[in-house]
Formats: sequence, C-alpha cells, structure tokens
Amino acid sequence: MSTAVVSTSAAPGRPFLFDNESETDGHCHPERSGKCVKRISRGVEGSLGPLTDPRWASITPASRLEIRPAPEMVPSGIPALDALMGGLPRGCLTEICGPASSGRTSVMLAALGSATRRDEYCAVIDASNSLDPHSADAAGIDLDRLLWVRCGENSPRRDPSTSLGRTPLLANPARSGAPSFICLSQGTVDFEGGKKPKTLRSSESPLEQVLRATDLLLESGGFGLIILDLADIPPQSARRIPLTTWFRFRRAIEHKPTILLAIEQLPIAGSCSSLLLQLGVHSSQSAVLSSNQFFKDPQDWRPSHAHLFTELKIDAELIRSRLDRKPARSITFATKTAWAG
Amino acid sequence: MFACIYVPNFSVAAVLRAEPELQARPVAIFEGKPPLEQIVAVNEQTREYGISPGMTKAQAELCPDLALRPRSPLQESAAHAALLDGAQSFSPVVEDMAPDTLVLDLVGLESLFGSLTKISHAIFDRAKELGLKANVATAVNPDAALLAARGLAVVRGEAESRKVLVIPPGKEAERLGPLPIEVLVDDHVEGDQKEESASLLETLNQWGIRNLRALAALPEVALSERLGQQGLHLQKLARGTYTRTLVPVEPPLIFEEAIELEQPIVLLEPLAFLLNRLLEQICARLASRALATQELRLTLELSHLTGVGDEFENPGIPSESDESLNTGNPEGTPSLSRRILAGQGGDFDFLSNPNIETTMRENEAPQRSRRPTQFSRKLSLPLPILDAKVFLKLLQLDLNAHPPGAPIVKIHLSAEPARPRSAQGGLFLPPAPEPEKLELTLARIAGIVGEQRVGAVELLDTHHPEGFRMRRFVAEVARKTPQKKTPGTAEAQAAVTALRRFRPPLRANVTLQNGRPVRLMCPTKKDVQGDVLWKAGPWRFSGDWWERDAWSRDEWDLAVRNGETIAFYRLVHDLLGGGWFVEGAYD
Repeated sequence: MSTAVVSTSAAPGRPFLFDNESETDGHCHPERSGKCVKRISRGVEGSLGPLTDPRWASITPASRLEIRPAPEMVPSGIPALDALMGGLPRGCLTEICGPASSGRTSVMLAALGSATRRDEYCAVIDASNSLDPHSADAAGIDLDRLLWVRCGENSPRRDPSTSLGRTPLLANPARSGAPSFICLSQGTVDFEGGKKPKTLRSSESPLEQVLRATDLLLESGGFGLIILDLADIPPQSARRIPLTTWFRFRRAIEHKPTILLAIEQLPIAGSCSSLLLQLGVHSSQSAVLSSNQFFKDPQDWRPSHAHLFTELKIDAELIRSRLDRKPARSITFATKTAWAG
Repeated sequence: MFACIYVPNFSVAAVLRAEPELQARPVAIFEGKPPLEQIVAVNEQTREYGISPGMTKAQAELCPDLALRPRSPLQESAAHAALLDGAQSFSPVVEDMAPDTLVLDLVGLESLFGSLTKISHAIFDRAKELGLKANVATAVNPDAALLAARGLAVVRGEAESRKVLVIPPGKEAERLGPLPIEVLVDDHVEGDQKEESASLLETLNQWGIRNLRALAALPEVALSERLGQQGLHLQKLARGTYTRTLVPVEPPLIFEEAIELEQPIVLLEPLAFLLNRLLEQICARLASRALATQELRLTLELSHLTGVGDEFENPGIPSESDESLNTGNPEGTPSLSRRILAGQGGDFDFLSNPNIETTMRENEAPQRSRRPTQFSRKLSLPLPILDAKVFLKLLQLDLNAHPPGAPIVKIHLSAEPARPRSAQGGLFLPPAPEPEKLELTLARIAGIVGEQRVGAVELLDTHHPEGFRMRRFVAEVARKTPQKKTPGTAEAQAAVTALRRFRPPLRANVTLQNGRPVRLMCPTKKDVQGDVLWKAGPWRFSGDWWERDAWSRDEWDLAVRNGETIAFYRLVHDLLGGGWFVEGAYD
C-alpha cells in the first residue's frame, strides 16, 4: 500500500513526490512500507532521472504541501439547515436534490436572500425558466442584485411571459386563435385537436445553455452565489453532464469567494460536490395527506375554500460532507407561504 | 509662451492615420472627377519615385508600389478633431488656425508639465499617439511659433527629435533667419489673397531675398515705400517681433470617426478589423480629454447595388435561424469568419431591447431597389467604459446577432462622452463583477439564450401573476442596499414556500366532482398527474378588465399523489378562456 496521499484537487501542473518521509498508516508494517516507498522512488527515478537531476529541485514533496484551509461557511438563510451542515461553503460546489415539492426552490431562494442581504451579487441559471419573481421578492431577495439567466427552448419572441396579457392562460382563445376547450364528461376538460402548441426550435438544449452560461459566469467572477437550477431537468438528461464539467466548475470556483449551488432531482456531480443535501416532503405531512385524513375525519370535513395552504414541512438529510466527517443526520424544517403571515 | 502644432502634408497624414499600415509605403492622394483626377498630396517616399502634386492619376498609376487614395474630407475632419483633442489636453487656450495648424498658449503650464522642452516633446508624443506626425515649435509669440513649425517641415529628412523646436525669448530672429520666405505664405488662402501672396513672393525673389534673415535685414522705410504695410508686416513676422492676441476656440465634445471604403466589405472579420482601428482612435481621443463613453453609435452605409443585393438573398447562405451556425462555437455566436453580413437576406430585426436600437433608412432615389442604404446600431452601456477591446467585442456580438444585410461601403462611429466612473470600492464591501467583463459576459450569454432572457427582474405595479419585466443587470461596486435590515431578524424568519412556474402553464385535464378537482392529468408532462389528496380554493383573481387582455381566473392549491410521491401544485381555471392549467409547483 502506498504511503503517499494523492489529492485530486491539487493544483494542476504541481507535481507530487512520493518521498520517504511520508507517514505510514496503521494497517501496513513499517518495514514493508519503507520498502514500498523505496521501490516507488526507484521507479520514479528510473522514469524521471536520478535525484541529482536539477529538475527535481522544482518539485515539492507531497508531505510539504500546504494543508488546504477550511472553506468559509456562510449562512444559507435557514437556521435549521445551518445547524445541520454549518452553512454553505465558499469556493465549493453544493448539491441540493429532491423530488418535486421537496423544498429545493425554497432553500434556493433563502440562500439568495441571505446572499443579497450581505450585499453580494448572485446569479440564477434557470434551466427551465421557472423562477417566480414574486416568490423571490417574498423571500427577501434584492432583485437588483440577482442576475437571472432564463434558459429554455422557447424563443424570446415567442415567450409571452415577459409582457403582460399575452400568456395563453390569460388571453382569450377566441381572440388569440388558441385552441378552444370543450367539456368531456362531468368536469373533465381537454383541448380540441389534441395538438401541442408549436414552439420554436432552439439552437441548443437548455442543458447546454446552462453549462455554457455557467462557464461564462464563473469566468467573469465577482458573484457571491451562482445557482444552477436543474430541478426540472429529468435525471436521465442531467446525468449526461460529463464529470469533467463538474470538475471544471469546481476548479473555477476554488479559492474564490463564490458559492456554486446545484439544484437537481438526483445527485449528479459525484465527488465534485463538497456538500450533498437530500430534501423530501416531511413524512408526517405525507402520511396525513396519503391517508386522506382531511376527508375521512368528520370533524375536519370542511369545504375546500375553508382550507389554506400555509406551510410545507421538509425533511433534510445531509448525505455527504467533505468538510467534516460527521455522520449523516437529518432535520425537519417548515417553509411558510407568502400569504400565511 | 506659445506652441504651434503643424501637421505637414495633412491630407496624407489623415489617410495614414486611418491606414497605419501604409506608413512605410509611397502614398499619393488624388482629387477630382474621373478621368481628370489629379494628385494633390504625396509623402516623402512617393517623391523619391518622381511623383509630385499636379500629376494626373493615370501618370501616378504607372508606379506599381504606389498606394493611391482619394482625398477624404471625413478622415481629414476626424484627424483635425483628434489634433484639437490632443491640444486641449494640454492647454485650454487653443487657436484653431487651420485644419493642420493649432496654436496653444503655454503660460502657466510649466508647473504642470515641466520645462518648455518637456511640454513640446509631450505635445509631439500626444499627436503621435493620435496617429499624427506633427511639428511642434515653441516661441514667445504665436506667429514666430507658427513660422518655426512650418519651417521644420521644409527641412526634409530630419530625425524626429528635430521635429520639436524651442526658441528661447530674444532668439527669434536668429532661429527663424535660415527659413525660406515661402513659410510666410499660408497654404490655405484662396483666390485674390493667394495671387497677392504669390506676386509678393515673386517680388522678393527678384530682389534676391531667399530667407527670412534677408527680409529682416531690409530697411523698414524703404520696404514700406515699396511694399506698403504688408511688407512691414512680413518683416515683423520674419524678425519674430509681431505679437497678437490668441483667438481661442472651444471645440464641441464630438467624438466621431469615419472611414470610406473603395471596395464594399462583405464579411464580418474585415469589418471588425476596421472597427478596431476606429475604436482605438476614438478611445485615444477620449483618453486625451479624460473622458469615457456610455453610448456608441455605429452607422454603416450599405451598398445598394441591385445585383449585389440579390446575391445575398441566396438561400444557400445560412440564416440566423439555421441551427448549424450556433453549434460548436464557444462564444455563443455564429461562426465569425464565415458569417456573412447579409445573412438575413433583407429580413432585418428591429429589436425591442431598449439598450440596443436599430435604425434603417430606405434609399429614396431608386424605387426598384427597396434595400435600405443606412444601418445604425446603438450600443448603450450601463457605466462609462474606455476599453476599445470591450467595445469591439460588444459590437461584434451585436452585429453577429443583427447583421446589416448588405455590403458596407462606409463606416461611421461616434461616441457619446461621459465622465469616467470612480473605481474606488469599499474596503469591507463584498466583491462585485467587473463592469467590462460583465458586459461581455452578458452579451455572450444573450447570444446563447437570447436577448431579453438575461438580466435583472423588475416587479411591476400590478396583481398580474407574471407582473414583471426584465431589465439590464448592473453591478456597481460601491452600491449598498439602501435599507439594511437588522442582522438576525431576517435570518430568523421561516423560509418562504416558493412557487416553481411552468412557462407556459401546462394544459391539464381535470376531473371535477361537485365543481372541485379530484383528479389531475397533464398530457404534456407525465409527472404532473394523480389523485387530488387535498385542495384549498378556489381563490378568484381578475384584472385588466379595461384592457383588451383582461384576465380572470380561479386558483386552487392542490396536493396530488402520483405513485408514492406527493406534490403540491397551483391549478388555475381560466374563466375567460375556459381552460385548466397547472401554473406551477410549490417547492
């Protein structure tokens, strides 16, 4: 067993030397370990030349490499999450994954709100153009400090969301020429013709747009928090992102005060992420809804307009943390709707 | 003390400023209507070939290495403006005597720039930075400085160090003496004055007066008897004793550069090359006035040749919507080198982006060709910037997205001057993106995702669910949030449940029971379907009923079970259109 430690995150172009002074681990006999080191050293000498070669002078032994300082942790905007993982690490990639309605976007907005309160500039690279500005405003985000990159397949000229009154939802179909709707049977509706509305083909997929925009923003620098919102990208598509891309992203933010946060359904960055947080709907809330308790309980049989969606209970589990070796833990926190008060 | 800046051979100098690669080549400037074009100015190298002003263009064309250029008033006016900017950067009192001649008042400048020799060399260097080789002479009065500067041009083949002359007070007659009497005549006078000057010079020649020393030595009374007051005036000039008050000009802050092309440009690459040159000249002028710019206007005069226009409507030429153009290019723009300027085949894009404006003017004369002859782009920047490379990249990206549509025969570039921003940031403020880098990054991202799809959000004063608009993202270093919230209170609040919007909203098939949704299914998104476990609503919203695009709808908050998972959605019933839509998911 080799006694030298090879870090994959070492700066490129900085060669390692497997020197004789490296410490041995507990499972290897010291004599045997020394022989291993000598054998490796002979092998290296054979390939690079004798130790008297002046090229060796420029090589730093691995044992003398500086210890990487612990990254600065900043608040995520949710105290419960900060207690779980210590905050968001600067200069690192953090993954937050979970299914729909698991609170990923709420955590994202809380982090953005916290960052803009620190007078930092933030960027959201939105793969599915799904950010709701009103939710962002309710989360306390300074919208002047937020750069929103709206990726997606729709052409900006066809996208009605930027101007008022042009959405197919709001425009009168009779006026706009949209397909009209008919009632099929007892409240079931469908649209006539069954054809999807035609959208413009884009030159690139949203995922490619996200990756290229991220590359450009990381190269530009100066942002405190950059978020890759891949939450609506199917996992089978998101997994096509090469691991080298994640390595590149991680190298780009290393030793910089930028936090790179990826929101997704399943973890896709592998060992490149320093923190991996798994979110899900809280089990009790899920159980209550699954048992249909609201309708079975005669005491709580109320009309639907007497209900109010006020909060979402979230289970958060710290799956992986490269920053400390704490065991996997989980917590529960709640997010409140803007109208809950 | 006064300094005079004189640019010899101004027509040639203006052309060399626009085309610096011609510096080492013989250059001749011609003027006139074909076929009667005549050479009006040549440089030193051309004289060695025996070509001189007055020859016809046909004669000059016999020299194969000669670069023949038409006289360009545009380039001359730009060179004159640049010369004025350079002079104004030293002294506020500048007299504009001629396009090639300026006189500066240097009183009080020693404490700023050093000795008179240093000032003269600094003026010479500044003119050189602006692309003009000038003679600089300093004397105790304006006309002595003027004669000395003109006299330096007469002495040919001198080193650059000899292009700067400082005449100490009292030594005017001595230093001006060797100069020929031709320097007394202004080249720019026309008509009767020119004839009068020529006859005066002829008279002096007949007297055997060849230089200013001989003229200065003539007896005043005898000279007055023969040549009158004009003779005395010339003698005072030759002695360097004539004094007058300087007439200062205040040049307007107009920064324009233009170039006319003999052959129309078809590709973007050579256009970028020329734009780079113009931008560098404008930036040098702005820098000499300690200014930056926040707005660039590019006006391209297009060729309206019918045949050429038809050529560019060839369907074989890839258009902007061609998917293959955008693939594999790292900058999110179509391939630069092969990008045809007329790629749209006349289908011009009138932007809705307020930061970039496009203006097309149609050709008025020939009705058969409806192709516009001018193409204008305006590049507005959030902050004053003075970086020619950044401007060039932004213009390249902009022209890639909005090609002019026809070959270009003239390029006109103007900059709106602005005070440079203060770069001082706070010591304890978090870092912000550099404005120049950010502008380039945003332009590149706009090339990837489309304009209007990148920027900051501005909420509108409306209850409309999509009541927002995109605006330009500006990162100011020293900007702080005006109302700083108390630390801790905001963090202690519970996180807000966010809505993830589906854009456009998903059409849904909804099964109703007693008017309430009990099952949901989206044909376009299979994940969004299932039995409704819990619901809240309906919440009725409406607005803009006074507009054509009125809206009215009922909103439901639903918990939907799809297999093992439970998700929360916002379901909307469009009361005007009658459809059901899933607007977003609570996440």
